[in-house]
Amino acid sequence: MSSPDFVIKNALWRGEAHDLCVADGKVLELRPASGEGYGDAPVVDASGLVLLPALIDVHTHLREPGFEWKEDIATGLSAAAHGGFGSVMCMANTDPVNDNAAVTERMLDRAREAFPGGGPRLFPVGALSVGLAGHELAPMGELAAAGCRAVSNDGMPVANSELFRHAVEYAADFGLTVIDHCEDPHMALGVGVNEGAISSRLGLKGQPTVAESLQVARDVLLAEYLGLPIHIAHVSCRESVELIARAKERGVRVTAETCPHYLLLTEDAVEGYDTAAKVNPPLRTMDHVQVMREALRTGVIDMLATDHAPHAAHEKEVPFTQAPNGISGLDTALCVTMGLVDEGVLSLDDLVRAWATAPAKAFGLPVCAFAPGDPADFTLYDPSASWVVSPQTMHSKGRNTPLLGRTMPGRTAFLYVNGKRVV
Amino acid sequence: MHWPYKDLLDVDVLSVEDAQRIFETADSFMEVNTRSVKKVPTLKGKSVVLFFAEASTRTKTSFDMAAKRLSADSFSLAKSSSSLTKGESLKDTGLTLQAMNPDAIVIRDSRSGAARFLAERLDCAVVNAGDGWHAHPTQALLDAYTLRKVWDGRFEGRTLLILGDITHSRVARSNVHLLTKLGVRVRLCGPRTLLPPRLDTWPVEVFHDLDEAVRGVDAVMCLRLQLERQQDGLLPDLREYSRTFGLGRRHLELMNPGARIMHPGPVNRGMEVSSELADMPESLILDQVTSGVAVRMAVLFLLITRKDQGGERVQS
Ligand SMILES: [Zn+2]
Repeated sequence: MSSPDFVIKNALWRGEAHDLCVADGKVLELRPASGEGYGDAPVVDASGLVLLPALIDVHTHLREPGFEWKEDIATGLSAAAHGGFGSVMCMANTDPVNDNAAVTERMLDRAREAFPGGGPRLFPVGALSVGLAGHELAPMGELAAAGCRAVSNDGMPVANSELFRHAVEYAADFGLTVIDHCEDPHMALGVGVNEGAISSRLGLKGQPTVAESLQVARDVLLAEYLGLPIHIAHVSCRESVELIARAKERGVRVTAETCPHYLLLTEDAVEGYDTAAKVNPPLRTMDHVQVMREALRTGVIDMLATDHAPHAAHEKEVPFTQAPNGISGLDTALCVTMGLVDEGVLSLDDLVRAWATAPAKAFGLPVCAFAPGDPADFTLYDPSASWVVSPQTMHSKGRNTPLLGRTMPGRTAFLYVNGKRVV
Repeated sequence: MHWPYKDLLDVDVLSVEDAQRIFETADSFMEVNTRSVKKVPTLKGKSVVLFFAEASTRTKTSFDMAAKRLSADSFSLAKSSSSLTKGESLKDTGLTLQAMNPDAIVIRDSRSGAARFLAERLDCAVVNAGDGWHAHPTQALLDAYTLRKVWDGRFEGRTLLILGDITHSRVARSNVHLLTKLGVRVRLCGPRTLLPPRLDTWPVEVFHDLDEAVRGVDAVMCLRLQLERQQDGLLPDLREYSRTFGLGRRHLELMNPGARIMHPGPVNRGMEVSSELADMPESLILDQVTSGVAVRMAVLFLLITRKDQGGERVQS
């Protein structure tokens, strides 16, 4: 073995103490801790810390350009880093919309400026249609060349199946995957709460699960017909899971994500018109939560994503119907899902797959599997450092989360990207 | 004994005893309202803001009259006419109003939860005069108060049908809560497009056929149909609605003898209920309006005098 630039000693990998040797920003070797020295290479003692590949979030809203009071690329990436994320895919619903190379390049510039020594990797998601308006295809070749890895009309679902079909076809020529926010825009109008007992009692127009699954059905059929991949964003309900499971059995090229809040919270969280729990798709019932957990465990849902949607406090401090949708998720995502590991709902391997290997595979992103030569992108998670979610402990500008006041079971102690320490 | 609540946002927190207390308080004000001088000094020096962000002449007038008959000063703030509310958040409008030290704010707003939103942020009493599709507690109280009179105070064993657009009705939601709590068996009837989801979680019986629904009821409460429901794609046409879900003479024979007709108003005559039924002696539509002033006087009185130890009592 050539000599490492530095060594992480005694980190817990799959429950056993390991030493990780890093050189030139890459993994040199991961091996069981032996107590032996590594010459004069600097050593970081990681006793008691859990070693994970740096997480990848394929669905984040960073709000820059245009909505910097909610979040900017610097604060968003800082929240990502402190949340254990080494790579982030940011959605195109900025102002101006990321439907041209200039916006993509500006996003990438801002990420470099925020972390001059190297920080979390940013992969912008281009708009699928010009201005996200759903009328004309965005210039996907230009977007791919500028650094986009995917295209999406997230937040503004494309109801026009003809246009959507062409987007999937055209994107494929540039190696871009289409990410679809699945919702029938007519049926989903006036969202933020599941259609059910709570919406009925509170007198709110609810969004039925079928508003989501109808569009999932369309996408599954389209992906099958075209033989091209489609990635389904933030799945929240049983019906969507069943459609995806059956499609995968037939070999259809669909992948899917869900978010920590769909594994943890139910529609009860909007009780009292709590706008912090107003999210799209809405939080569902416990039945659906159980299905989402199981689907993630069995791999029907391939990966996790935060759908980090920061908003300023005054924007959420309005009557429920008026409040914007979204939960600020980067700070808490890993901790919430580690909590599910503690409860035995998920295994640590499930987490590694859902937060790193599956997203990397679906979008062609670098990932660390700790094999020699892999990028040294890793997180050291301290399971003993519990913390309370509060405006003071969050790094995102958006403190809009129904988890405020909750104790998280641990915290990111270190994050390395390309062998550089970010946190 | 002090009234325990700062606000009146919904009827769901009220116990049967709380409701009875409001009714008994309203009884004494009913009497005031029949005098030649319809005014008592009970709330002299107190001020009530009527903040109606959604138009409603009748509820607003009723609250206004209730406040004035108790000698409170009332101030109206309509969203359309006020620069105060233009582009301003509900929170800021509320705080601005509070800075003028009113004793109560009566709010009507088209957003469900708006009254609660305001109440959580203000120290003064907040009365919900209707928030979106959610709640209209004084309407439910005045409806129950009206029925209490004609039913001699006995709610137990009575059956009432609420007919029409339940989904978009705060009147229905509040009445279901209050009347079932008082012991009334509540039925709902309307086209499926106007019934909210998961009615199995409500303490009601659901009907889709009006002839079945009215059989053996002691009262029918017709709800106002918003005519734009047709444009919303929830109904084919209004003629069909009135033929299928409008209350008419033929239904009278199916109801219990002496069954009562109610409507929160304003009535689309011939739509929700035939003119004939609306005007017949069994109709309580105008009694509801009369009860409304007394019940709102009771609510304002209980809330505003809550903090005044030994405050002025009703003069009779
Ligand atoms: Zn979305």
